[in-house]
Amino acid sequence: MNSPYLAKSPSVAQIMAKVLLALIPAVAAYVWFFGPAVLVTMALASATALALEAVMLKLRKKPVKPYLLDGSALLTAWLLALSIPPMGPWWLIVTGTAFAIVIAKHLYGGLGSNPFNPAMVGYAVLIISFPVQMTQWLAPLSIAQSHLDFMSQLGYMFFHALPQGAQLDAFTSATPLDTLKTQLHLDKPMAAIMSMPVYGAIGGTGGQWVAAAYLAGGLYLLQQKIISWHVPAAFIATIFIVSGTFHLIDPAHHASPWFELATGATMICAFFILTDPVTGPTTPRGKLVFASGAGFLTFAIRTYGGYPDGVAFAVLLMNICVPLIDAYTQPAVFGKKK
Amino acid sequence: MRALHRFNGGVHPPEHKGESTLRPIQQPPLPEKLVIPLHQHIGNSAKPLVEAGDTVLKGQMIGKAEGYVSGAIHAPTSGKILSVGHEAVPHPSGLKDLCIVLAPDGLESWTDLQPIDHLNMDPSTLRNRLRDAGVVGLGGAVFPSFIKLNPGAGKRIRTLVLNGAECEPYITCDDMLMRERAREIIEGAAIMRHMLHAEEVVIGIEDNKPQAISAMREAAGQSMEVVAVPTIYPGGGAKQLIRVLTGIEVPAGERSTDLGVQCFNVATAASVYRAIRHGEPVLSRIVTVTGNVKNPGNFEALIGTPMDHLVDQAGPLEGSDGAIMGGPMMGFDLPSTAVPVVKATNCIIVKSDALFPTKPQPMPCIRCARCAESCPAELQPQELYWFAKAGNFGKAQEYALFDCIECGCCTYVCPSHIPLVQFYRYAKSEIWAQEREKKAADLARIRHDLRQERIEREKREKAERLAQKSAQAKTAEHSQPEQK
Ligand code: SF4
Ligand code: SF4
Repeated sequence: MNSPYLAKSPSVAQIMAKVLLALIPAVAAYVWFFGPAVLVTMALASATALALEAVMLKLRKKPVKPYLLDGSALLTAWLLALSIPPMGPWWLIVTGTAFAIVIAKHLYGGLGSNPFNPAMVGYAVLIISFPVQMTQWLAPLSIAQSHLDFMSQLGYMFFHALPQGAQLDAFTSATPLDTLKTQLHLDKPMAAIMSMPVYGAIGGTGGQWVAAAYLAGGLYLLQQKIISWHVPAAFIATIFIVSGTFHLIDPAHHASPWFELATGATMICAFFILTDPVTGPTTPRGKLVFASGAGFLTFAIRTYGGYPDGVAFAVLLMNICVPLIDAYTQPAVFGKKK
Repeated sequence: MRALHRFNGGVHPPEHKGESTLRPIQQPPLPEKLVIPLHQHIGNSAKPLVEAGDTVLKGQMIGKAEGYVSGAIHAPTSGKILSVGHEAVPHPSGLKDLCIVLAPDGLESWTDLQPIDHLNMDPSTLRNRLRDAGVVGLGGAVFPSFIKLNPGAGKRIRTLVLNGAECEPYITCDDMLMRERAREIIEGAAIMRHMLHAEEVVIGIEDNKPQAISAMREAAGQSMEVVAVPTIYPGGGAKQLIRVLTGIEVPAGERSTDLGVQCFNVATAASVYRAIRHGEPVLSRIVTVTGNVKNPGNFEALIGTPMDHLVDQAGPLEGSDGAIMGGPMMGFDLPSTAVPVVKATNCIIVKSDALFPTKPQPMPCIRCARCAESCPAELQPQELYWFAKAGNFGKAQEYALFDCIECGCCTYVCPSHIPLVQFYRYAKSEIWAQEREKKAADLARIRHDLRQERIEREKREKAERLAQKSAQAKTAEHSQPEQK
C-alpha cells in the first residue's frame, strides 16, 4: 500500500445512491399527479439498463459486480424514464435505454469516458425517430377526461391495447410547453393560453409540483455536497434572465420566466442532468460557462426550434464543448496568480 | 490580532493524536547497537571519519559534511565502531545505504562541547557551526538548515515563520516538544532571527493543540507571536502555513527568502538552540510511536536506534502488520522495522488491517473534481492523472505537475479510490529519468562530435602533410620556371 493510507467515503456507488434518493420526491409527485404508469416505465428501463450493462461489461472484459453496483446504469435508466412519456410503449423504453447504455455509454468507453450524457442521447434518438409516441403525455389525473386503471395502462404499454370504448385522447395531452407553442401559432393571446386547464399557477398543472420536487431533491444534493452550486445556479439564472428579458419586451409571445423554470425539464436538467460529472466540465468557471450555454440553448430551442423542449439537445450540444471549455478555464495554480 | 489567510481545499482526516499525547516524552533504554546512516539529509552523504574498531565519544563527529549541500553525522553515544558498511535504511525503495554501526559502551562519555554566545558571532560562523552540528530540518524534509539561514546578499527577511502546525494525523512529536521544551524552541528561534535579521517571528500552531499553544505563548512572552491556525490538513505544509500567516504564496520553484519569508520546523529551532548554546550536535530526536500498539507515545530516540526497539517499548498489539514512517497522508511503508531511526523519522505507525483497511478496487475517474476542490496547490488532479496515465508527460508538466506537493488530499477524497499521488510520483520520476538520459545523451553526443572532429582534423592534417610532401617532391622534380 502507498500513502495516503486513509480514504474518505463516499464511493462512486454511494454518490449515485444519493442521487437516486434525491429523485424519489419527484417520482412520488409524478405518481400522485399522473398515476403509477411512470413506475412501470422506470422498472422496465432499469431492468433493461442493468441487463445491458452486465452484457457490455462482460463483452468488454470488465469486472461485472463493482461496475454494476456503482449505480450509474440505474441512474441513466431513471433519468431517461422520467424524461419520456410515462405510458410509452415498452419498445420505446427499451430502445431508448439500449441506445443510452450500449451506444452512448459503453461504445464510448464506459463509466467516466462517455462524452455525451447517455440519458439525453437515448431521449434524442427517441424524439427524432418516434415523435408521435414521444409527445403523447399522460394528462394530469385532475384534468383528464377519463382514467385508465393500472391494468389497462399496462395493457397499453405492452400490447398496445386499449379497453373497449377508451380513446387515447381522453387521457393523454400535449405538454404545457407543446401546447404553448401550438397555441401561439394559432395566434391565441397569452392570457387565454395560460388559463387553459393544463396550466397551473406557475407551470403545468401537476408538472409544476414535480418540478418543485426536483428542486427539493437538488437542494438535498447541494447540502450533501454531491453537486456544486455552479451548474444549477448558472442554468436557472440564464433561463430566468433570458426568458425574463423576452417576456418584458414581448409578453404576448413569451411566457413568464417563472413559467420557463417550472415547466418541461428545466429543474431535472439543472440538478440531475447537467450536473452529471462525467459529461460536464471540471473547473468552476467551466461549469458556469457550460450551464449558461445550456440555459441559453434550452430557451432558444423552446422558442424557435421544432421540438417541444430544448433541454436534451442543449445538453448534448454543450457536451461537445466540454473539452474546449475545460482547456480555456484552467484556474491559476498556487503562487502563480496574477 | 493577525489577519489569517486561507488556502484552497485541504481535508479533515481523523486526527488520532490523543492516543500518543497521554504521557510525557519517554527516554527508551539504550539499544544494543546503533546503525547510523551517513545520508540523513538532502544533499551529499557525509564522509565517514571512523573505521571499525575505533572508539568514539558521545557527540563526536563520525561523518563529515561533503560539498555545500550536506550535513555532518555524530556518534549519538560513546562506544565502539563495529563496522562501516551497507545496511538497511528507512527508504521506500528498500535499498541499503552506507551506515556506521556503533556498539554503545553505556558510559555516555561526552566529547568536549563548545557553546557559543550567538550575539557576539557573525552569522557565517554560526552557519558553519550548524553545518558541523548536523542541524537539518526535522519536520521531515531534512534540508540542511544553515543553507536556509543564508538569505543571500541584499535579501531582507521580514518574517521568520516557525512551523508547529503538525497537521498530519497521528504525529505528535512537535506537540509534545512544544509542551515540554517551549523555551528551547523560542531560544532557537531567537538565534535564527538574529542570523536572518528577521523583523518578526510568527509561530503557527494548529488550534487542536491548546496545551502546546499556551506553553509556547508563555515561553515567547512579548518577543514573538504565537498564532493558533485552523486545523486543516495540509496546513502544516511550509507553503500553506506561510500563506495562512502572511498571505504570501510562494510559487513552486521559488525560494521563500526571495519573498521575504523563511520557515523552520519547531524541532529544528530546538536543535539550533542546542547546537549553538550548548555546542551539542543532533544526536537524537522525538519520535511518535503509535497505531496498533498498547502504549502509544513519544520517545526521545538516539539517531540510529533500531525502530523495533522503540516499537517494543510501545508494545505492538495483535494483528500488527508492517509499519509506516511518517504520517498516514504522506508517509511510506517501511521495508521492515529493523531499520534505524534517522533525522527524518518523526513518527512510526504500526499498521493493522483495522486501522488501515485495504482500499476498494479503483474505479474509472468520473470527473467529479472533488480532487481539484481539495488540492492546496490548486491543480487539476484529474487532468494530471489522465496525462500521467497516458504517459503524456509534456502535458502533465504543462498542467503544473511539479507544483504538486504530494500531500495526498486528492487521493483521500477520490470516490473512485484512484491512487492519484502514485501516478504523480511515477510521472515525476519518469520525467527526471528522461532528463538524466537526455543529459547523458547530450554529453555522449558532444563527446562523439569532438571525437569525430579530432579524427577529421587528424585526417585532414595527414592529407595536408602528404600533399605538402608530394608538392615538395614535385617542385624538386620540375624545373624552377613554373614558380615565379
Ligand atoms: S476525485 Fe477521483 S473521480 Fe473525481 S475527478 Fe478526481 S480523480 Fe476523478
Ligand atoms: S497530491 Fe498534488 S495534486 Fe493531489 S492534492 Fe496534493 S498537491 Fe494537489
